[in-house]
Amino acid sequence: MNARPKIGVYICHCGINIAATVDVEEVVRFASTLPDVVVARNYSYMCSDPGQALITEDIQNMGLNRVVVASCSPRMHEPTFRKTLMSVGLNPYFLEMANIREQCSWVHEDRIAATEKAKRLVESAVVKVRRLEPLEVKEVEVEPSCLIIGAGIAGIQAALDIADAGFKVYLVEKTPSVGGHMAQLDKTFPTLDCSACILTPKMVDVANHPNIELLTYSQVEEISGYVGNFDVKVRKKSRFVDVSKCTGCGACAEACRQAGRIPSEFDEGLGMRSCIYLPFPQAVPAKYTIDKETCLFLTRGKCGDSPKCVEACEAGAIDFEMKDEMLEFKVGTIIVATGFDVFDARNKPEYGYGTYPEVVTALEFERLVSASGPYGGKVVIPQRGKKKKKKEGEEEEAPRVPKNITFIQCVGSRDKSVGNEYCSRVCCMYTAKQAHLAKDKIPDAEITIFYMDVRAFGKGYEEFYDRVRREGIRYIRGNPSEIFRRGDKLVVRAEDTLTATPMEHETDMVVLSVGLMPRSDRREIIDLLKLSSSPDQFYLEAHPKLRPVDTATDGIFLAGACQGPKDIPDAVGQAKGAASAAMILMASGKVKVEAQTSVVDEATCRGCGFCVEICPYSAIELVEVNRMGWPVKVARVNEALCKGCGACAAACLSGSIQQRSFRDLQILPQIEVLGVSD
Amino acid sequence: MAENTRETFEPNIVAFLCNWCSYAGADLAGTSRIHYPSNVKVVRVMCTGRVNPLFVMNALQQGADGVLVSGCHPGDCHYMQGNYYARRRFTLMRRFLEYLGVEPARVRMSWVSASEGSKWKEVVEEVVEGVKAVGPMDQFKRRQLNW
Repeated sequence: MNARPKIGVYICHCGINIAATVDVEEVVRFASTLPDVVVARNYSYMCSDPGQALITEDIQNMGLNRVVVASCSPRMHEPTFRKTLMSVGLNPYFLEMANIREQCSWVHEDRIAATEKAKRLVESAVVKVRRLEPLEVKEVEVEPSCLIIGAGIAGIQAALDIADAGFKVYLVEKTPSVGGHMAQLDKTFPTLDCSACILTPKMVDVANHPNIELLTYSQVEEISGYVGNFDVKVRKKSRFVDVSKCTGCGACAEACRQAGRIPSEFDEGLGMRSCIYLPFPQAVPAKYTIDKETCLFLTRGKCGDSPKCVEACEAGAIDFEMKDEMLEFKVGTIIVATGFDVFDARNKPEYGYGTYPEVVTALEFERLVSASGPYGGKVVIPQRGKKKKKKEGEEEEAPRVPKNITFIQCVGSRDKSVGNEYCSRVCCMYTAKQAHLAKDKIPDAEITIFYMDVRAFGKGYEEFYDRVRREGIRYIRGNPSEIFRRGDKLVVRAEDTLTATPMEHETDMVVLSVGLMPRSDRREIIDLLKLSSSPDQFYLEAHPKLRPVDTATDGIFLAGACQGPKDIPDAVGQAKGAASAAMILMASGKVKVEAQTSVVDEATCRGCGFCVEICPYSAIELVEVNRMGWPVKVARVNEALCKGCGACAAACLSGSIQQRSFRDLQILPQIEVLGVSD
Repeated sequence: MAENTRETFEPNIVAFLCNWCSYAGADLAGTSRIHYPSNVKVVRVMCTGRVNPLFVMNALQQGADGVLVSGCHPGDCHYMQGNYYARRRFTLMRRFLEYLGVEPARVRMSWVSASEGSKWKEVVEEVVEGVKAVGPMDQFKRRQLNW
């Protein structure tokens, strides 16, 4: 393969770090007796400029083609010495390091034993370097486009940043409109900005941006490929409405035979919609969608004599024959921004959610207090869907206005009994905000908040919490144990833990500050992208502190609450971080891929597929090749996907697949040297 | 070489450490100047998933008195699943070696993370003590091969 190995061995003193415990001269003497070693030297600091010059001069003058450096850990200076080799035209992978500092001189006291061990480690490096092969650092092109999954505030922000930088963005959203949870909120803490007022301009921007292809009511079905070159398949679900014709007038929704009977997802089931609907007035795109689960014509094939929406639509946009559309495109980077679910309060049955209509979740309260909500922004006890139309002829009862409202924090957060140990990071502040809004709408209402701790950590949060307390809102430290009915009141039983007094608190309405949960459909994305989850089941970042937006897979990034509970500023911040991480790849246009990848000897591979199964990165596939006129299957490694773990090499029955720089024939000589007992 | 006696026997142990957790943990032990016996000699691999049972066998055949495989904690593998593969292979390997009459103390697997320098020292001490207790290993020893 190559010319006879000519090895240079360089032993570092590292000042006295190594030389104090290891007899460096002795190691040099020993190294020069090893096979193929042409020169062995020592120097006080090999990593210094003169130290590196020793190596480069020897390479040039003596024609060395392999180098062993015995010094600190390769995790420290391997990149340094690889560059040294490269600077004089030697392949950087003709280097092996012997770790005689961290794993020898620093941990052993006995000079003789440490010197003996150092000799063994050097010998092991020499026998390995003899068998190393030159490797090529490959670069792959990065497609200048990005797929963003999820169009809540995080996805929207990332899309706008990337599109503004001039890259193509495919923004895929599962529901008929962009906006996510933020669109459902009334005001935002601590500034009390109207959520819709700050969000809708951005929603319109993503729809109109020339670099953004907005795919609403769509789902990613398949992703293959690797960093820089992902192949994406997206299913554009049929809306049964031709969006090019729909004017968004809404005549169809008014005409629908089921109008006002279908619980609106956007209003958390407090308000009603038709089968053909716009999720909310500011929805983007402002195009109607037929819900095929409830539409009479689509479920039963019959809707009166003919569907009323078709009659009502002057534009002729409704098309019951419309089919799902499959789109395929290539992207270089992917950002996952799928957001969160709120905790299902039914999992805390002691609070009576679902039993007492006076108990609502905080997200339902947002819809109550929102001017665009089902009660026009009045804080009332909602009349749950079914009851509304039951008593015919009877005067419709006006919804009751509560005079006493109780909030309970940490419902489904910091609670091991429901499996959520984490803090949801938003509930303390949104509870304070909702208490403020309730007080604003019903000034004479008595408002009480049960809390465990108040975590007002963000900019302006503590000030806001302080302001709310001064507005006459009562904070009681205690976690209520149950809620039950007494007459027309609800009773919250709790212990005030600051005074250690058990108490029963009568109230008209209870708002449960539900926490943030990983999405119930998170597995779809995990299977699609092979992401990992952290113990709390949110998606796992590559490093909790230093790589918070990266995933273990190159080219795939995380933004927003899919990585962990976040408030709006944090979600936006992380989205901008993810956008910038994706843009680094796309702007440079190239990315280096692992060189120490696996490689198959196709002559001996028998195509059993063991390695294909075992590879965690799906980097190996079976391909058909012609072997002396016969078509046979053999494994083939996609080097851009291979991360160089070597699991396949250990699994191969015939030894046909090997990891470069860690081949059997490179490791076994090391074992032979190290295994020999004196 | 002097004859080994029970008192003077210093076992030779070959260890396979993954680059990301245990090798880094061993480096940390060094940086923290935590002292431990010099009997363990390390082969660095990128992942314990790379450790072929053949390597363990080979080390014993060369005359090593014990073998240690150490990787990331379950769930922490840099390559997602490599340490699970290693664990499965190793469990079978150990039972096979036990069947052949090799004392279980000679072959060990451990999880040492990049932040567990002191755990690395404990693991080394335990392995060395364990192998010392069962004495030298020579039933597999063979002539040196020429690779």
